[in-house]
Amino acid sequence: MSVTFKLRKDAKFHDGTPVTAKDVKWSFDRAVTVGGAPTFQMAAGSMQKPEQFVAVDDYTFRIDFLRKDKLTMPDLTVPSAAVINSELAKKHATDKDPWAMDWLKNNEAGGGAFRVEKWTPGQELIYQRFDDWKSGPVPKIQRVIWRIVPSAGNRRALIERGDADISVDLPPKDVAEMANDKKLTVVGSLIESALIYLSMNVKIPPFDNVKVRQAVAYAIPYQKIMDAAMFGRGKPMFGGPGEVTRTEWPQPTPYVTDLAKAKQLLVEAGLPDGFETTLSFDLGYAVTQEPLCVLVQESLAQIGIRVTLNKVPGANWRAEFSKKTLPLLANVFGAWLDFPEYFFYWNYHGQNSLFNDMSYQNPAMDKLIDAARFETDPKKYDEEVEGFITIAFDDVPRIPLFQPWLDVAMQKNVTGYRYWFHRQLDYRQLAKT
Amino acid sequence: MIVLRRLATALPVIAGVIVVTFLLTRALPGDPAVYFAGPAATSQAIEEIRHRLGFDRTLPVQFLDYLQRLAHGDLGTSLTTGQPVTTELLTRLPASAELMLLALCLAIEIAVPLGIAAAMRPGSPVDHACRVVTTAGVSLPTFFTGLLLVYVFYYLLGVAPAPLGRLDVFDSAPPQHSGFYLIDSLLAGDFETFRAALGQLVLPAATMAIFTLAPLARITRAAMLGALGSEFIRTARASGLARHRIVFVYAFRNAVLPVITTLGMVFSFMLGANVLVEKVFAWPGLGSYAVEALIASDYAPVQGFVLMMALLYVLLNLVIDLVYGLVDPRVRLEA
Repeated sequence: MSVTFKLRKDAKFHDGTPVTAKDVKWSFDRAVTVGGAPTFQMAAGSMQKPEQFVAVDDYTFRIDFLRKDKLTMPDLTVPSAAVINSELAKKHATDKDPWAMDWLKNNEAGGGAFRVEKWTPGQELIYQRFDDWKSGPVPKIQRVIWRIVPSAGNRRALIERGDADISVDLPPKDVAEMANDKKLTVVGSLIESALIYLSMNVKIPPFDNVKVRQAVAYAIPYQKIMDAAMFGRGKPMFGGPGEVTRTEWPQPTPYVTDLAKAKQLLVEAGLPDGFETTLSFDLGYAVTQEPLCVLVQESLAQIGIRVTLNKVPGANWRAEFSKKTLPLLANVFGAWLDFPEYFFYWNYHGQNSLFNDMSYQNPAMDKLIDAARFETDPKKYDEEVEGFITIAFDDVPRIPLFQPWLDVAMQKNVTGYRYWFHRQLDYRQLAKT
Repeated sequence: MIVLRRLATALPVIAGVIVVTFLLTRALPGDPAVYFAGPAATSQAIEEIRHRLGFDRTLPVQFLDYLQRLAHGDLGTSLTTGQPVTTELLTRLPASAELMLLALCLAIEIAVPLGIAAAMRPGSPVDHACRVVTTAGVSLPTFFTGLLLVYVFYYLLGVAPAPLGRLDVFDSAPPQHSGFYLIDSLLAGDFETFRAALGQLVLPAATMAIFTLAPLARITRAAMLGALGSEFIRTARASGLARHRIVFVYAFRNAVLPVITTLGMVFSFMLGANVLVEKVFAWPGLGSYAVEALIASDYAPVQGFVLMMALLYVLLNLVIDLVYGLVDPRVRLEA
């Protein structure tokens, strides 16, 4: 089993060397060898060994499959599978650093419609159009200046004054107000396979009791969160039908705000007076997570659950939640590859990866996730996916809140904006009239 | 001689700073290996990174290694930006220094005359104005003043340039000599860049000046009141000396010593306030660099930053001591 690619003969790297199959092979060999994020990402698509990559001739490249994996082809489109100018990079390789990691940290050796003209880490990135790019219509924009503006208030001032053409990473409140003003074009796209959620650690009492978890799920002020924390910039993931009949992910849970029912469930769990717990969140996302957590705190207090907020600075967040000692936390997850079983493999599977911040382990769910991952029968696949989504909703170790939007604000004369799964701007179609 | 002796007393301070910053950065919560392993790392990948960064060795070994590289002027490499710390600190230092020095000049030019005027007529409208300005100066947080100035002068009035760092995106930096854009652009004879750089500097410098002029004005007023009330001034008055001679030559020269001391202290406050001002104005200086590094638990830049600050303090104190000697003959005689 394999896939063969015919390379374009007119493709050139930014220094003018033609793009050949040996460049592709070198780049992929590198990605599966150097460790860290690229190796991990390639392995997600069953690309694990350099022997899998074959340069048949200068313009023919083949990938031999380790197994039948539907993630192999989509995985080739993610940034980890970029093609590097191998001759140029090899000139800067050393014995200690055979893949030129150090040199490539500061230098560009690629192709594509734009080349990097200047890069000042943490401040500025300037792209210049590469006119020998042949893989599509010539981009209309010649030069792109990308600036980091640390203060959110100033980001808004710059776009409203017209000193910035396009702005990303704006707080939802600003986006909602600008969308209302109609002076700018504001585009919000749903980020696929992404969720903002609350997790409860099922290994820490009383969250080991499913009734307690359901009680919490019924006591979340869902609509208030959408209105007051998100200003409507997200897709609600609550109040869905009682039965799972679709394989789409994320999809709304059957839970709604119902304090009477929550109280009742707590009584059934033997905790009529509630309990005390800590709700942790990442200060790096404080703009939305802080109001969200305060609303949850307020609402849980009404059924007797006394919550203390634990604000964790951005640098410590990953180390903190990877210890899996936080009883209750608000978190974000987004996957590049948009398949429910991929999301569940990282978040709900008993292998207990970093992202399974509930420490949830359920053999019945693992079986369904593993089966769906390599399922070839579409009917069975649907049953398996609906099966594990149903378990996730019934057992509710994690409470999905909403699916976030990727918001972009631009001047009225900017056209051609396109959403990408990698959430970066694509300058090739953008134009200013 | 006095310079050498002063420098020698600074050595233990610097040694202490090296040890303390090393230990403090290690004591910070957060795990750089986990942070840099990326979101989807396995525990094996995290261990690999820990090993590569040398964080799996004992503290004394790490410290010796750090000292050895420090002796060669190597402050290590930043993990977030991938650049050598020494280069980054040196390119960012002029940005911060230019901003701080301009702000300090601005503050002195306003605070000292204001303080003198207030001291000469206690209880007059000038004195009250001085009190209002100083109270406002200490009570307004710098990031608030900064955002307010941006809102009024950039967003509402449109007279100030966009708060985007040292130069507008379409301007290019003048050829590098001192790293100070104002000086470099004048050396190159490029008045347009000079005007652009000055325009970018006005708001952040004003923000910092508002914050620094308060202690300066107060101390000038207090010192001048003391000097003007003393007996030698009464004698001078009785002898019929000219008024400006009494105020500026006899009173002010005696009052200037505490002002210089405050100046040194104010300068160190500015290093702290700098962080917030740089954030608001996207200023590519030292403060914003250190904070970014601290947030990411990136040890090398934090250590480098603190060390550089310590050296700056030592230098600053030395300069102040020397200025003392110039102003006050008694200090010179004791030395």
